[in-house]
Amino acid sequence: MVSLPAVTSHQTVSGNAVDNGKTLANSETIYNDSAVRLFTLAAVLWGVVGMLVGVVIAAQLTWPELNFGISWLSYGRLRPLHTNAVIFAFGGCALMGSSFYVVQRTSQVALFMPKLAAFVFWGWQLVILGAAISLPLGYTQGKEYAELEWPIDLLIAVVWVAYAVVFFGTIGTRKVRHIYVANWFYGSFILSIALLHIVNSAAIPVGAFKSYSAYAGVQDAMVQWWYGHNAVGFFLTAGFLGMMYYFIPKQAERPVYSYRLSIVHFWALIFTYMWAGPHHLHYTALPDWAQSIGMIFSLVLLAPSWGGMINGVMTLSGAWHKLREDPILKFLIVALSFYGMATFEGPMMSIKTVNALSHYTDWTIGHVHSGALGWVGLITIGTLYYLIPRMFGQTRMYSVKAIELHFWISTLGIVLYIAAMWMAGVMQGLMWRAVNPDGTLMYSFVEGVKATYPFYMIRFFGGALYLSGMGVMVWNTVKTAQAGRYVPVPIPFHQAKLKSSMTPEGITPAGLTPNAA
Amino acid sequence: MDILYLLIPFSAVLILAIIGVFAWALHKGQFDDLEVEGARILEDDLPPKPASLDTDQAAR
Repeated sequence: MVSLPAVTSHQTVSGNAVDNGKTLANSETIYNDSAVRLFTLAAVLWGVVGMLVGVVIAAQLTWPELNFGISWLSYGRLRPLHTNAVIFAFGGCALMGSSFYVVQRTSQVALFMPKLAAFVFWGWQLVILGAAISLPLGYTQGKEYAELEWPIDLLIAVVWVAYAVVFFGTIGTRKVRHIYVANWFYGSFILSIALLHIVNSAAIPVGAFKSYSAYAGVQDAMVQWWYGHNAVGFFLTAGFLGMMYYFIPKQAERPVYSYRLSIVHFWALIFTYMWAGPHHLHYTALPDWAQSIGMIFSLVLLAPSWGGMINGVMTLSGAWHKLREDPILKFLIVALSFYGMATFEGPMMSIKTVNALSHYTDWTIGHVHSGALGWVGLITIGTLYYLIPRMFGQTRMYSVKAIELHFWISTLGIVLYIAAMWMAGVMQGLMWRAVNPDGTLMYSFVEGVKATYPFYMIRFFGGALYLSGMGVMVWNTVKTAQAGRYVPVPIPFHQAKLKSSMTPEGITPAGLTPNAA
Repeated sequence: MDILYLLIPFSAVLILAIIGVFAWALHKGQFDDLEVEGARILEDDLPPKPASLDTDQAAR
């Protein structure tokens, strides 16, 4: 077997590379990152927008006058705008952009059908625009995280199919036999969201912007929370674990602690997540046995989740000092510790006895936001700080100190937010269940609301702090973009002198010899 | 709970599909030589030529 040349850096693409005797166009020998750049910048924008709406609704809960008596500024309409913006606009753009970046590099090939990738970007922005207009106007299917009405649901399906074609097409045309673990996470996220969206959004249209769910009653609830928890498990977890498994090793310049564990973690996670949905429906009309399944699998989920967390954190084994100097690594690793927290808290809250206290309280919101601000937010921000300079031909952001500032502001914001919600939630649960010796309720509901007021105020400040961190990011991003310009990145597979004897293993990592044939 | 007539067969098909994908991966050698694969990503792109601005950025 031919011994492969080591990869040297800064080789220019002079003349055309040859692959299996076929001359390649220049476009096939450099990575195609135009969609990545657009998604990266869009993620920063939608992060700010989505979190701003979050701060507004947090303010409204504290000071209800801020509803202004205007229907499209009312809490009930802005809340789904917030959730859709942060999950699908911010999170969605981050996942789409990073997945297009990762799949190319791990496959050693340019993006499959780059024009379709551009369609994915613009189609997704159209979905976001549709949400931004329809939700404040009050058009909603009334299903949490699936509020968008049927025309937008159709557009989502079309864009999603295009996304799947680009992603899996790139894997299908890869030059490296092995499919890196991050791609398994991204791939499962793409496929499961397609499944979840199509099933849960099934509806009968009765007007241009009005439809009725294909399901009804507690059965609709079951489908909705099968969808809802899998949206958390596959959109907000599997997708971002794909991000984690690529960008932590790249930023730390060390391979994943145990690659074997990452594969076990992947299969265990995707298998278990599908069954956790009923934990949203404890003590409702859902049959007891279904609730118990949800509880058990949610508890089981603790193991694979923590396996992933430990794997990511231990990647820094032997390089902990990097955490001191590198704020991007701080974002990425602290994200994992919040992931660990949230994936411990979640199973605990899935226990029926615990859930009897926590359900419908602000503890649930605290849990959501430790996962959303802590895990999803921080891992995305760290990843964006890795990607943005590279989109403009640089190796680091304009200001590393600003990244550090952003990190500390965000962390403080998160802690204020979740501590306030924990206290509010447990307090609410205890107040609602308190009974007098004669069996009557000790507190009226409104007394619970009144007692929650200071915690809503603290939460508002925590969220505002987190948003201000994003403001620092916007400044840093603009300065970075202004200071640099796009530089084509050559694909190493084509940089090495290619002949048809190139093995399907692709490039040998420096220092490791290929197996003798 | 009529929805179960949909959800259970659906889930069963899904499980079979997942097992199928796993079997494909196993037979296509996806789980061979794992530690090398973990390290491979560290060589998958060449750093862009740093702009002259980079040398000023250390202190910023």
